[in-house]
Amino acid sequence: MPAFVKRTAFYALVVLIVLFSIFPFYYAILTSFKSGTALFRVDYLPTDFSLANYRDVLVNGVFPLNILNSVIVAFVVVAISLFLAVTAAYALSRIEFRGRGILLLTILAVSMFPQIAVLAGLFELVRLFGLYNSLFSLILAYMIFTLPFTVWVLTTFMRDLPVEIEEAAIVDGAKPMTIVMKVFLPLMWPALVTTGLLAFIAAWNEFLFALTFVSSNDTRTVPVAIALLSGASEQEIPWGTIMAASVVVTVPLIVLVLIFQRKIVSGLTAGGVKG
Amino acid sequence: MTNAIPGAPPTDDAMRTEEQPAARSALSRQRLASAWLFLTPMLAVLAFVAGWPLLQTIWFSFTDASLADLDAARFVGLRNYFEYVDYGDGTGEWFGLFFDAQWWNAVWNTVYYTLVSVSIETVLGLIVALVLNVPFRGRGFVRAAVLIPWAIPTIVSAKMWAWMMNDQFGILNDMLMSVGILSHPIAWTASPETAMWAVIIVDVWKTTPFMALLILAGLQMVPSDVYEAAKIDGVHPVKVFFKVTLPLIRPAILVAVIFRALDALRVFDLIYVLTPNNTETKTMSVFAQENLFQFDQFAYGSAASTLLFLVIAAITLVYIKAARLNLGGGR
Repeated sequence: MPAFVKRTAFYALVVLIVLFSIFPFYYAILTSFKSGTALFRVDYLPTDFSLANYRDVLVNGVFPLNILNSVIVAFVVVAISLFLAVTAAYALSRIEFRGRGILLLTILAVSMFPQIAVLAGLFELVRLFGLYNSLFSLILAYMIFTLPFTVWVLTTFMRDLPVEIEEAAIVDGAKPMTIVMKVFLPLMWPALVTTGLLAFIAAWNEFLFALTFVSSNDTRTVPVAIALLSGASEQEIPWGTIMAASVVVTVPLIVLVLIFQRKIVSGLTAGGVKG
Repeated sequence: MTNAIPGAPPTDDAMRTEEQPAARSALSRQRLASAWLFLTPMLAVLAFVAGWPLLQTIWFSFTDASLADLDAARFVGLRNYFEYVDYGDGTGEWFGLFFDAQWWNAVWNTVYYTLVSVSIETVLGLIVALVLNVPFRGRGFVRAAVLIPWAIPTIVSAKMWAWMMNDQFGILNDMLMSVGILSHPIAWTASPETAMWAVIIVDVWKTTPFMALLILAGLQMVPSDVYEAAKIDGVHPVKVFFKVTLPLIRPAILVAVIFRALDALRVFDLIYVLTPNNTETKTMSVFAQENLFQFDQFAYGSAASTLLFLVIAAITLVYIKAARLNLGGGR
């Protein structure tokens, strides 16, 4: 086969991959700027530039509140997970003790729990503590997937740091807590940012718990709000508004993911996080 | 990260920190004490949000609990799983989850969806990974583009595709009709023949990047002199791929496949949003959620959840074993 045919075929494949990856989101953006009857005309290139849908989403209605709820839940969940995970990861990676292997496997197993398996039990717990319809129920529930994941990735990261870094501190008689705070934490910022970001995305995207534990419009998080966006009548699905809301909540994520691409890839391969 | 196999548990060998035998006792006692001090809060939270709810779910599956009054739940044995009702005239009938055609339909849908989507994702992920492993101009851009579907929330992807697959105004029908593949528009998400395929298409679109990245990580660990040696020997590239590359990246592919399969087996959100109330796509998770919260069959739904948990637990155990063996034997 001549070289240029090979090259052309290769670049055709590359173009195909790129188009397949970005076209649906491109089309969502295109749709979000259409209103009225323009929505029901198929266009491949941008033709309209109406901000009506964005006005609907951001000014009228409770969607800004939904965004705020998602931000609060995701931030609190990430903060608590990282806080609990840093010390736990230190114990799991730097201190030898009986039962460590079993503990690690248990944590890995919990990270693979199907959410539905705990749904009934968690619902009972949420009801028992009077947390139904409050954001606390979600903060509590999301620990089940963010905590094992952060512990796991941070353990892998800390394990790979050389022994020497804490030797001096041990010789100086520093307490383990001091070692974690003064020796490890400064080295761990890159890992914390990556892990935190991945946990943030997982919490931001969660749907099943959010659908089950929260029932009023103004306590909902973004994914449920988008799933339940409906028009004036049953038949009339407000596609323009849905696409505008989708774009609003996705653009920040895409920007973050692109900024942290390389780190995310290494975090993914270390933790095998679920998409 | 230097972990050879993504997600593989660190072995004790790899984790052994060096100790000074002399100063050992007092120091290691102190370190041991703080290890448990450090672990307790994390373990307590996990026990509270994962362990206890799981046991509760299993308990509910042996009761007659109803959503309206969970406290009144009474133990009924295995009735939610199977029960023979004798009609007293010599005939009788089996009831319970094991004899529920809808449950088996959900099991079949889940298995079918998992097998088909994970297979397609593995092949496409491998292709994308191979492309990204070749140095070419604009590779960084392509890698970024590939990550976009992964970054988009599942609900948003479901809605985006639902709009593209709309029977009247969708761009997908328009595209396929203008190139002559379709002669008339089809209702992708609603019609029984295509609903499952609609779900699979969206899932493939969304999770192929994940597959590609995990496989790419494995590909990048293949030493380049292997390829050079093969090139000098004049081995055909296709043969190199099947005889050299593929065996070397098999562990990475295996891990990626198992992660994806575990994820696919519990799928809920994509199906709930893209094809609501469609028996063709109802999976085990959807079946359980409906029984728990929509049909007022809390105990029955708990039994379904418990079975799904058992299936996933079994696969997880196999995975942990496989990953360990690889780590022990591979390097």
